[in-house]
Amino acid sequence: MSDHNSDHNEERDPTDWDSRLPVDRIEGTGHLAGNAIQFHWWNLLLLIPLLMLITTLYNSDEPRLFGFPAFYWIQFLFVFVGVACVALVFLTTGSRRHSAVRRQERGQDGGEK
Amino acid sequence: MSGIHVTELLVFLVLFAGVAVMGFLAARWKSGDTMEHLDEWGLGGRKFGGWITWFLVGGDLYTAYTFVAVPALVFGAGAIGFFALPYTVVLYPIVFLPVLRLWSVSRSHGYVTPADFVRGRYGSPTLALLVAITGIVATMPYIALQLVGLEAVLRTMGINASGFIGHLPLFIAFLVLALYTYKSGLRAPALIAFVKDGLIYVVIIAAVIYLPSKLGGWGSIFDVASAKFAATPSPADGILLTRNNQLQYATLALGSALALFLYPHSVTGILASRGRNVIKKNMIALPAYSFLLGLLALLGYAAIAAGVTPIMNNSTGRPDSNTLVPALFDSQFSSWFAGIAYAAIGIGALVPAAIMSIAAANLWTRNIYKEYIDKHATPKQEARQAKWASLVVKFGAVAFILFIDPQFSIDLQLIGGVMILQTLPAVAIALYTRWLHSKALIAGWVVGMGWGLYLLWTIPNPATGKLHFAGSALTLSKLSIVGWHPFGASTVQIYVGVVALAANLIVAVVVTVVLRAAKVADGRDATRGADYHADEGDPELREIAVH
Repeated sequence: MSDHNSDHNEERDPTDWDSRLPVDRIEGTGHLAGNAIQFHWWNLLLLIPLLMLITTLYNSDEPRLFGFPAFYWIQFLFVFVGVACVALVFLTTGSRRHSAVRRQERGQDGGEK
Repeated sequence: MSGIHVTELLVFLVLFAGVAVMGFLAARWKSGDTMEHLDEWGLGGRKFGGWITWFLVGGDLYTAYTFVAVPALVFGAGAIGFFALPYTVVLYPIVFLPVLRLWSVSRSHGYVTPADFVRGRYGSPTLALLVAITGIVATMPYIALQLVGLEAVLRTMGINASGFIGHLPLFIAFLVLALYTYKSGLRAPALIAFVKDGLIYVVIIAAVIYLPSKLGGWGSIFDVASAKFAATPSPADGILLTRNNQLQYATLALGSALALFLYPHSVTGILASRGRNVIKKNMIALPAYSFLLGLLALLGYAAIAAGVTPIMNNSTGRPDSNTLVPALFDSQFSSWFAGIAYAAIGIGALVPAAIMSIAAANLWTRNIYKEYIDKHATPKQEARQAKWASLVVKFGAVAFILFIDPQFSIDLQLIGGVMILQTLPAVAIALYTRWLHSKALIAGWVVGMGWGLYLLWTIPNPATGKLHFAGSALTLSKLSIVGWHPFGASTVQIYVGVVALAANLIVAVVVTVVLRAAKVADGRDATRGADYHADEGDPELREIAVH
């Protein structure tokens, strides 16, 4: 299907792909595009729930909470840690794409949702 | 044949029939101008909002099989079965950002399947074909397993005949499912998911509050379970992890989390949503199901404390461990409430089975039929092809259960998880960079797939006498790279999927370096950077169900 609707891509030389550059240009427009990866420091919060993969942190019976061994209640606690981290990233990085990508792509006129 | 449980069966049948009616009426729900387009039939018009997506994806990811198999695993093996909780907790932070990019690029280009994206990103029909075939092969046994979940409920209710007749009710249930999926497409499971998940929440919350009070509290339940595991000869079970299975626990959770959104049915649920904010909010709200699944897993221990044992399956002549949770409900709840619980599990089988068959049908249509058989198929022909394919897929799954030992489906699903993980470089990494060469990705796929399958083949289970495909836990001492044992005599276990994925990635990187140095041509990338950030309401956004 790419063959039918990729008219804006015709000048791209397939052998000359250099993705080590974070961005390249949309052909014919001069605007920056490429992979358009946006990094925010807040995104690193998403690593915190992965601590759950370190089993030695919670692999014990004591202390129990409401009868639940530590192994179980600490992992249930991680559900909330995960939710909090994803929610924080959502709240802090939600609407920035307008300033970054869209202005590059279409100039100042396309910024409204 | 034991006695039929009349009250339970009646409650079950009433709810089941109600859901079937909903499934047929769903075709008119929020309907677009035409049903004869994959955007409409296969993705529900790409316009599901937050609540619908929550129920749909929740119903899709947390399947009936999960609900019966996870407690059964906890019942049998203890703590290792609880991996389902870390799996579904680390899942959302990991996939939060990639699925947004996948949604945007798919929305921009009208992609319906993950293989569509690979086709567009790499311009390589071969790579897309491999991704599509992997998706279909991994999904098929998953559909069959939903039948295993449904059948566990039917057998507990006393519909437990031997031989072919024993499977007949299952066949009828799936026939109804197949017909309304054919008619209504993704709208049917989306609408039914409301009922299914509503019932599941009621049942599980009631169970985790009521059962402990009846069985002496959670503290006592854990103590009884612990004593049971201490009495078994196996050193691997227990209510805590052992030295040997901690790495398996962590890697199984991680590998499963990485694999889940590579499954075509998960992608279908995501692509059907209206915009990025719907997905973002769902990534925050979906862990409610994870919490529920964790509680449900603990019912395995409750079953130990209640002295419940699995029911004999009269078709195979063996006890069916998946009947554990239904049997627990049967012994502890009044019959009408047990009937509701069974309906929750039974309907819980239909939602994912419908979505999975739609996803597999989309893959067949877009990446095999349109690519290789009829290049000029119109959207109308695509939709018709997919509808028929969804029927074939479902009856294939029924045939699996009917004519082949259900154990075979369980083995295949285990293999499927390892297989689908091998598409991670081509699908997930490609969302961020196109540095990997398409031919290198093919090489990595071949190595990861081959080695992963070989390793699974070598895993025996001494307890059951099975020699091959008896699990996904590989003992590190058995890991051999052309005769070299990097981990010596270590008895620590690891999930095969991550080992195969590591090999896949190494091969993909090395071959890419070689191919780039040799300036071997790569396909053309049809996507642009801005495509990965497209959102609902953008000007110039592609129209739905037109092209």
